[in-house]
Amino acid sequence: MSTKYRVIYCLNQFFGGLGGEDKAYQPPQLFDGARGPGILLEKLFPDIQIAATLIVGDNYFAEKTEAALREILGVLTPLFEAQDDDKPHVLLAGPAFNAGRYGLTCGAICRAVRECFAIPTVTAMYPQNPAVEEYKKDVLIARAGEDVMGMEEAVRSMAVLAIKQLQGEELLPDRDGYIPHGQRKNYFAEKTGAVRAVDMLLQKLAGEPFVTEYPMPVFDRVQPAPPVRDMAGARLARVTSGGIVPRGNPDKIEAASASRFGVYSLQGLSAFSGETHQTAHGGYDPTFANADPNRVLPLDVVRELESEGAFGSLHGSYYATVGNGTSVANAEKYGCEIAKLLLADGVQAVILTST
Amino acid sequence: MSKQIERAGIPVVHACSIVPISKTVGANRIVPTIAIPHPFGDPDKSPEQEKKMRKELVQKALRALATPIDQQTVF
Repeated sequence: MSTKYRVIYCLNQFFGGLGGEDKAYQPPQLFDGARGPGILLEKLFPDIQIAATLIVGDNYFAEKTEAALREILGVLTPLFEAQDDDKPHVLLAGPAFNAGRYGLTCGAICRAVRECFAIPTVTAMYPQNPAVEEYKKDVLIARAGEDVMGMEEAVRSMAVLAIKQLQGEELLPDRDGYIPHGQRKNYFAEKTGAVRAVDMLLQKLAGEPFVTEYPMPVFDRVQPAPPVRDMAGARLARVTSGGIVPRGNPDKIEAASASRFGVYSLQGLSAFSGETHQTAHGGYDPTFANADPNRVLPLDVVRELESEGAFGSLHGSYYATVGNGTSVANAEKYGCEIAKLLLADGVQAVILTST
Repeated sequence: MSKQIERAGIPVVHACSIVPISKTVGANRIVPTIAIPHPFGDPDKSPEQEKKMRKELVQKALRALATPIDQQTVF
C-alpha cells in the first residue's frame, strides 16, 4: 500500500465548493474524500490520502464558536473510533490566507482536535491574519501568502509540516516556514552569552548589522482614550468597515482589499434606505445590508437619539471603507487620515461599525 | 482604524460581530452586535422590533463611550 497518511481536511464553505456568502451559515458537515485544496494536496503528495473533508460556514463558526466546536468534535468522533488502519493521522485546515473568520475557524479547530484526539494538526495563514495572535502559541501555523495566489505553496508547507510531525522530526520556525510559538529551546553554543552579547555590542557600536537572540515582542496597543464627559454636548461621528456607500459606489471602493475610504455627506438624511445607499463589501452576503443599510451603519435610530438629546450632534459626514482582506498597513493609513479629518471638525466620539 | 482614531485622542467604540478579532487587533471599547451580515439588525424580526434592537445597541455604544476604562473592555 503506497498511501501512508490519512488526513482530515477542514475547509470553509467557499473552498469546500458549497457556495459563497449565501452558504456562510453552513453547519459542520463531513464529506468523503478530497475537495478543493485537498485535491491539489493529494496530487502533490501521493503518500497522503484525504479520508474526509469537514466543511463549516464562516459565519456559522464565527458567531457560535463554542457550540460549533462541540458539533465538529462530535462529527469527527466516529472517524477516531474506526479500526486502527482507518484512523486519521493528522488534521489540516485552510490555508486561511488573510481571511479573518476562516482564520479563527482553522485555529480553533486545530487546537481543539489536537487536544481532544491527540493527533497533530496544521493550518496556514498570512502572518497578519488576526487569528494568528490568538492561536500561534498553541497551533502550528504555516506562513501563507495574503490571498489564493499562494495556494500551492501554502498547501505544500502544511503537508511538509504534517509529515515531519508524524515522523517525529524536530521543527524550527525559520527553517520550516511556520509562525513561531514563542517557545525557547536550550542548545549548546560555542561562545558564552557574555561573549555573544559583547560581540553584538561591538557590532552595534561599529554600525554593523547584527541579529538579536531575543527579539522583543511588538504590542501595538493604544491607551484607552478618556470617556466623553458631556455626551449631551458631544459631536458624534460614525465610521464603518462594512462598506456602506451611496448607491452606485461613487468612489469605486473595492469589494476586497480596499485601496481607499470614502467620505460621504449625511446632510438632509434622516435614515439610509436601499434606494440611497448600498454595501460595497464583498465579504458577507449583501442581501440584508442592501435592503436596509441601517443594519450595518445605523442612521435612522442615531437621528432619533440625536433629536432626543442622547448626544450633542451628528457629524455631517461619515467615513466608509471595506474591511475584507484589507491589509493592516492600509487600515492604519485610513485610520490616521480619518482621525485628522475628525479632529479638524471637532468630533469628540466615534462609533465604528464592522460586519 | 479604531486604534489610529483613538491614538489621536478621540474615544472610539467598536461595534462588531466577531469580538475575538476586535480583541486581538486591539480595540479598547467593544460592543458585540447581532450577526455578521447585519450587525445592527435582524431580518427575522418585525421592522419595529428590529429598530428597537438597533436603538438599544446604539444606546449601549453611547454608554460605552461615556464609561471610563483602563483596559480593553467588552460591554
